[in-house]
Amino acid sequence: MSSATAVRAGRPGFVWVAPALTFFGLFALLPMVVVVYLSFTAYDGLNPPQWVGLENWTRLGADPLFIETLRLSFLLTAASWVLQTAVALPLGVWLARRGRSRALLAAIFFIPLLMSSAAIAVLWGTLLDPNFGLASVLGPLVGIDDGNIIGDSRYAFAAVILVIGWQYMPFHTLLYQAAARAIPVQLYEAARIDGAGRWRTFRSITVPQLRDTIITSGVLIVVGSMTTFEVVLILTGGGPGTSTRILPLHMYLEGFRSFDMGYASALAVVLLVIGTALSLFIARVTGYRKMASQREGM
Amino acid sequence: MTSVSTATTPTAPAGPDRTTGTPDPPPRRGRLRRGFNWLGGLGAGVWFVLVAVPLYFLFVTSLRSSSEYLTDGPLAVPSGLTFENYVDVLTSNFPRYFLNNVIVAAACVAIVLLLALPAAYAIVRSRNRSVARAFSVMLLGLAVPAQAVIVPLYLMVTQLRLYDTLLAIILPTAAFALPLAVVVLTSSLRDIPNELFEAAVLDGAGPARTLVSLVLPLARPGLATIGIFTALQAWNGFLFPLVLTQDASVRVLTLGLWDYQGQYGTNVPLITAAVLLSLLPLLVVYLLGRRYLLAGLTAGAGR
Repeated sequence: MSSATAVRAGRPGFVWVAPALTFFGLFALLPMVVVVYLSFTAYDGLNPPQWVGLENWTRLGADPLFIETLRLSFLLTAASWVLQTAVALPLGVWLARRGRSRALLAAIFFIPLLMSSAAIAVLWGTLLDPNFGLASVLGPLVGIDDGNIIGDSRYAFAAVILVIGWQYMPFHTLLYQAAARAIPVQLYEAARIDGAGRWRTFRSITVPQLRDTIITSGVLIVVGSMTTFEVVLILTGGGPGTSTRILPLHMYLEGFRSFDMGYASALAVVLLVIGTALSLFIARVTGYRKMASQREGM
Repeated sequence: MTSVSTATTPTAPAGPDRTTGTPDPPPRRGRLRRGFNWLGGLGAGVWFVLVAVPLYFLFVTSLRSSSEYLTDGPLAVPSGLTFENYVDVLTSNFPRYFLNNVIVAAACVAIVLLLALPAAYAIVRSRNRSVARAFSVMLLGLAVPAQAVIVPLYLMVTQLRLYDTLLAIILPTAAFALPLAVVVLTSSLRDIPNELFEAAVLDGAGPARTLVSLVLPLARPGLATIGIFTALQAWNGFLFPLVLTQDASVRVLTLGLWDYQGQYGTNVPLITAAVLLSLLPLLVVYLLGRRYLLAGLTAGAGR
């Protein structure tokens, strides 16, 4: 227990944080250290890891597929950010104004938030199935006559971006809706008095007021896209060919399909570095005070 | 300035008179306004259709017989409604998966609440520097992708003989939900007025007594938020069960759905029924307490 002075002051000591820290350390921090070690080993998942020095890392440097998966990951991130922000921001602002029809629309619109990535990928896999789904009907409408959208390397990546957008857009819309409701109404009154039109008001008041939310939402999209995995695994498995093989999926397939866990660990370290760099960037750009302001108006 | 002279010398108002209201903007802008509103509604409508059509398809298809779906095609209006798909799903392995999900979610919520509450309390009230350091360590872990540590977790779980147990899913899932839970709870405990803590000290309450009698009742909204957030994470988790379990006896719903798609890919109505059934508890919670659920969902927005 805590020391006598702490008890007298009625203040909790380190012992209160210790269980949480230990638990988190064991299952999240320790593996981060171990993964670095494993990236210098050959490990098939059955026998103990064997030290092989820099072998995995030299292979990674010369692996064209690694560069390709990295490129696809960044492409997915950029495309997701553009698509999701362009839809979620105006839609969130539109839904922020109260009204019965909007409330009903919002209630239905937010249902995808409840669905697991697996459920969404299974649903869309069914929808896009060229033989049994809607794709055979909808394909010709977008110029794909046989409806084989996810089986064609030219369209599969776009389909993945759309499905991931379908999954996460409601979430970002929700963020923008809450933030838009927190904008002081006096600003809009002042704009009206100055004779600003709707578009001008949106551009000069709403968007600047939503700056923090745009940052928060953008960071979440970046982190989320960089680590997206389930939807792509279930929807396309990384195919056709390697046209949708993003980095986390590449890591998973190398480790748990080819049982090359040493190489997978090297790929995981790259992911870890990207993730840590992103979180340091987040810590710099956004504070937790902003998070509190995000959650007002909910 | 005295008011004596104002009665005899009326002054013209400087600048436009605001009290009578500004003249209406020119009509061109009025059209633009209506246009923008109409555009906003149109954009919302288009996206709504994109959301609503798959959901409608999901719901209606689950009530069609599989033979009828095959002969009439995916867009046909169903001739009659049937619950046979639901019966088929519920008589398969589905209830087992469902139960596993309930166990995993309940255990994760219990672990996270039990660990996060004392930690957040100490972070808010302690003057101990190592407590603050522990908090920074957890903050660093906020954006660590689970994929990055999945290989070492697999090694650890196999070494600990936990492979193919529900514990193998529960422990990492709870650990990855913990930092955010601590952050959210910390910010909600900061709202408790200092006077209340001081009063507790004056009454001779130690930290444990303060936590139980003072913090616990006041932290209920925060606890509800992180409880829902953790339950959602656990309910929809995929990567940990995928890599750390194999056997059907410990399979969870997300993997079960993927299995169904592989096994019965041609039987679309059956798959839609399974997807809807896996959603059911969340839909119920959503209808009962949308605010809490949405708060739990956006708890991650500060990452």
